[in-house]
Amino acid sequence: MNYNWNWGVFFQETPDGGTFYWEMLVSGLGWTLAVSVVAWLIAMTVGAVVGTMRTLDGKAPVLFGHAWVELFRNIPLLVQMFLWYFVIPEFVPPLKHWMVNTEPVFAQFLSAVLCLGLFTSARIAEQVRAGIQSLPRGQRLAGSALGLTTWQSYRHVLLPMAFRIIIPPLTSETMNLIKNSSIALTIGLAELTFRARELGEYTFSFFEAFTAATLVYVVIAMSANRVMAHVERRVAVPGLIAAGGGGH
Amino acid sequence: MPMIEFKSVSKWYGSFQVLKDCTTKVEKGEVVVVCGPSGSGKSTLIKCVNALEPFQQGEIVVNGQSVGDKATNLPQLRSKIGMVFQHFELFPHMTVIENLNLAQVKVLGRGTEEATEKSRMLLKRVGMIDHAPKFPGQLSGGQQQRVAIARGLAMDPIAMLFDEPTSALDPEMINEVLDVMVELAHEGMTMMCVTHEMGFARKVAHRVIFMDRGEIVEDATKDEFFGTPRSERAQLFLSKILQH
Repeated sequence: MNYNWNWGVFFQETPDGGTFYWEMLVSGLGWTLAVSVVAWLIAMTVGAVVGTMRTLDGKAPVLFGHAWVELFRNIPLLVQMFLWYFVIPEFVPPLKHWMVNTEPVFAQFLSAVLCLGLFTSARIAEQVRAGIQSLPRGQRLAGSALGLTTWQSYRHVLLPMAFRIIIPPLTSETMNLIKNSSIALTIGLAELTFRARELGEYTFSFFEAFTAATLVYVVIAMSANRVMAHVERRVAVPGLIAAGGGGH
Repeated sequence: MPMIEFKSVSKWYGSFQVLKDCTTKVEKGEVVVVCGPSGSGKSTLIKCVNALEPFQQGEIVVNGQSVGDKATNLPQLRSKIGMVFQHFELFPHMTVIENLNLAQVKVLGRGTEEATEKSRMLLKRVGMIDHAPKFPGQLSGGQQQRVAIARGLAMDPIAMLFDEPTSALDPEMINEVLDVMVELAHEGMTMMCVTHEMGFARKVAHRVIFMDRGEIVEDATKDEFFGTPRSERAQLFLSKILQH
């Protein structure tokens, strides 16, 4: 392949003047991180609640949790992104009003974090449910026998162990979420992939632009991985090899 | 008034009846051993006392409160009945002292200092004070079970339930747990124990209940039971487990 790499392109000024192309990528990175962090917080919170609901005794919460998971898991992520940006606001007049009057980027950001957060929440809910169900039934009974309420049993006994068990799958979910944030470019949010493509189109340096974007994604994903590994070590329970062991 | 009273308790899993019209009682300060072949419903019976297992017919009254009554505050009732499980069920992510403190603080509303003092006193009693900062996974089965007993006692229970407390233990650890239970019995604790340890029953039980296929077949004083059990099934059971 005959290609003249032009790494200097990042230090050229953009046509708008005053800024450099590398700054464009950095601003894209900023939105990627912002979308990922907020969506992750939504996904973890909602996922923990919905996953817990699926393990409760009552029929209604189990059914609700089940419906939630199936709804968000069975619609393609790209379609969900369009639904949140173009369709749902039509049914919520105050939201619609806000979206047409605010800066477009805020409307895009809101749609993107809701879409990614809720989509990922369904997947995390499944992991939380699996984590809780993998605990011995006696743990729940022991909590109840001591007089803990259902909420207290979950808060102090079941969820702390369940979350420890599911850290590895949560790590890959976190990395998926970061990578999925690139879908937000389809509704015009100028995140990292959007900016890389823009840079390529302005300068025809597609190779350089996407090489840079790829490296940045790898670095973010690996950092997330390392952070989760650190958390896993920090919360490891001394003397416990297999999770939920009964002392055998 | 008996501490625990069973009135015609019946329970089904689907169409299978696990408890058939069980009637008996445990007086204050009494030690009652429940034995019988596996699958006879003894664990289920004991779990009905603090409503860990629901039952469909009959009534259980604990300290004047009906367990099945919708108006009964179950967490509050349960907090007054200590329970020890076959597989210990200590909370693996908490240290020994935290295991003892949790319900004292969250359910009884004790301050951490008061709870810790109580916990340390009980750990001393079961010979586990040196292990207070350890995690359950770092202890042997016998040690974990002694901690579990202390955890139940920390709630100042009016009665203690034991659900096969030594069945999951290696033989050399059984006695350290039984010793704690014997001491507890001598102190006058009301106890209901599902166990196959007939030596324990002979030593401290006041009454022995023998169950088979969900029924209370024999409900006798210790001397009657070990002397001349009335039912053939109890005789057969005893001859089998006392052979060696």
